[in-house]
Amino acid sequence: MSATTTEKKNLPPPGAPQARPRTFKLAGNPVVTSAGIFVFLIAAGWLVAGGDPGSFATMMLSGLFQGMLLFLVASGLSIIFGLMDVLNFAQGTYFMIGAYSAYAFQHSPAVISAVPNTDVRFVLAVIVATVIGAILGVILERVLLRPLYARPLFQIVLTFGVSIVLTEIVISTFSTTPYSWTEMFSIRSASFALFGQTFTAYRLFVIGIGFLMMVAVALLLRRTRIGIIIRAGVEDSQMVEALGINVRAVFTLVFTLGCALAAFGGAVAAPFFGANISLGSNFLLGAIAIIALGGLDSYEGAAVASLIVGIGVAVMQQFTLASDFIGAVWASLTPMLLLTLVLLLRPSGLFGKKVE
Amino acid sequence: MSDNLLEIDGLQTFIGQFHILEGVDVTVPRNQVTVLLGRNGAGKTTTLKSIMGIHPPTEGQISYQGQSIAGKRPYDVAQMGIGYVPEHRAVFGTLTVKENLELAQHQRGELEQKADLIFELFPDLKRLYKLGGKNLSGGQQQMLAIARALVPNNNLLLIDEPSEGLAPVIIEALIEVIDRLSEQLTVLLVEQNFVMASKLADTYVIIDDGRSVAAGNMADLVQDPQTIQRYLGVA
Repeated sequence: MSATTTEKKNLPPPGAPQARPRTFKLAGNPVVTSAGIFVFLIAAGWLVAGGDPGSFATMMLSGLFQGMLLFLVASGLSIIFGLMDVLNFAQGTYFMIGAYSAYAFQHSPAVISAVPNTDVRFVLAVIVATVIGAILGVILERVLLRPLYARPLFQIVLTFGVSIVLTEIVISTFSTTPYSWTEMFSIRSASFALFGQTFTAYRLFVIGIGFLMMVAVALLLRRTRIGIIIRAGVEDSQMVEALGINVRAVFTLVFTLGCALAAFGGAVAAPFFGANISLGSNFLLGAIAIIALGGLDSYEGAAVASLIVGIGVAVMQQFTLASDFIGAVWASLTPMLLLTLVLLLRPSGLFGKKVE
Repeated sequence: MSDNLLEIDGLQTFIGQFHILEGVDVTVPRNQVTVLLGRNGAGKTTTLKSIMGIHPPTEGQISYQGQSIAGKRPYDVAQMGIGYVPEHRAVFGTLTVKENLELAQHQRGELEQKADLIFELFPDLKRLYKLGGKNLSGGQQQMLAIARALVPNNNLLLIDEPSEGLAPVIIEALIEVIDRLSEQLTVLLVEQNFVMASKLADTYVIIDDGRSVAAGNMADLVQDPQTIQRYLGVA
């Protein structure tokens, strides 16, 4: 027997498992890094609160509340970007439109006389706002974006233009005056006491709803065929299409869901924030920082980064209030500060793929 | 019905401004293995991508089972029974082996019907079923990419450079698998490895500089060192 055949016999059979050296670097692990940031923010929050559990709880509740609302904008932005390579600058505008739609529905005299129960009216208002977001989403994708898939730069300019047009339409309909929510309903007026402080239950309600949405979208992505198609499409949409799947139809579905999710977020935020024009740009900027921080096309990254930014902003808000030498403007800079910090440690974001 | 499953005539394809295919004719007889040969950059991969509709041709005819498919979208082409195994495998790394296979179903339940065949051809995939695609070795990924094309009821497989970057023993195993598949399916193969090509193929087409320049029976080509030397640069 020749030497070559003996050598061949010693080789593992085709496809045998190969020992793979595993390296574990602390800063390289997204979960460890994220946990580290959370610990840091919570410790900072505790210091800012001066060890008072009441004001610490207020801060965390406010942080989670903002984080969940940001998540409703950022998750759509992240999935749309991952799958379709479109950075949808109109995502924040859909959030604002959701807020105005819910406001207009809840406060419309015709609806008030038809549905006197404020709780039912609130639920209907959220549904109506979500549907309006979905319809506007379908129109944007099917009519305006679809002809431009070969021209990515045009798409960015287009979504930016759409956000300006939609904002102007809202201004001409509602004027620039902010509206505050006057039609109260039971969960909005409810409150509870903790550590001797009174908290509005609505924040907890929105945090709960945001968490449910987080789980629902995760289940959609992990457990359903459409989820498998979306995750595969994020990697290589051309190959998905070559397997016999109409990727364009999935694009429409994802874009619509993303816009509906943002409008839903606006609708649940409105009873707290009211409806105003700056909601759109505020939430868009936060969401862009979040998806970059989380790692562009990672859903898990967007979810974790939303909570990081939400809590970070809340801690900074409290800190600027308590401090004499730092202006309130730093609170709104927090998303970008956190983004800079994380990108210095991990240039491709928390859960992003390493770019070689 | 013609004996040829696929007939390509005068195919011209641009990628951006570049004129990649300047006249390619390929005939793929039913239930045989046809190999596209040629140097790097000759246009072999682009020919496969033009058939799939990934790079739609600007001129020329592609007739599959007597129907014209030139210019159809990739998912339409795939739905007609053409399975595509691209170069570099294109296995989805974030999906498990199971999910990679499920994704390829054209109809519900196809994977269950084909599971026995797939596991018989690629026993390793059964063991790796729940593992992420990115954790597979190159050879395992190639097996998964071929298995994926077997899930729906395809008549024609387009396989691009399956041997690239694989160890000789794994190439041997692949030859065996593709040989077995060709008993029931028609295969259009792109392969640089001349030994593999000559073991598998019944007919060949040589593509040079975006044009098909020679075609015939593989058995004849093996006896024709001049043509091999001229277009393929292997002695």
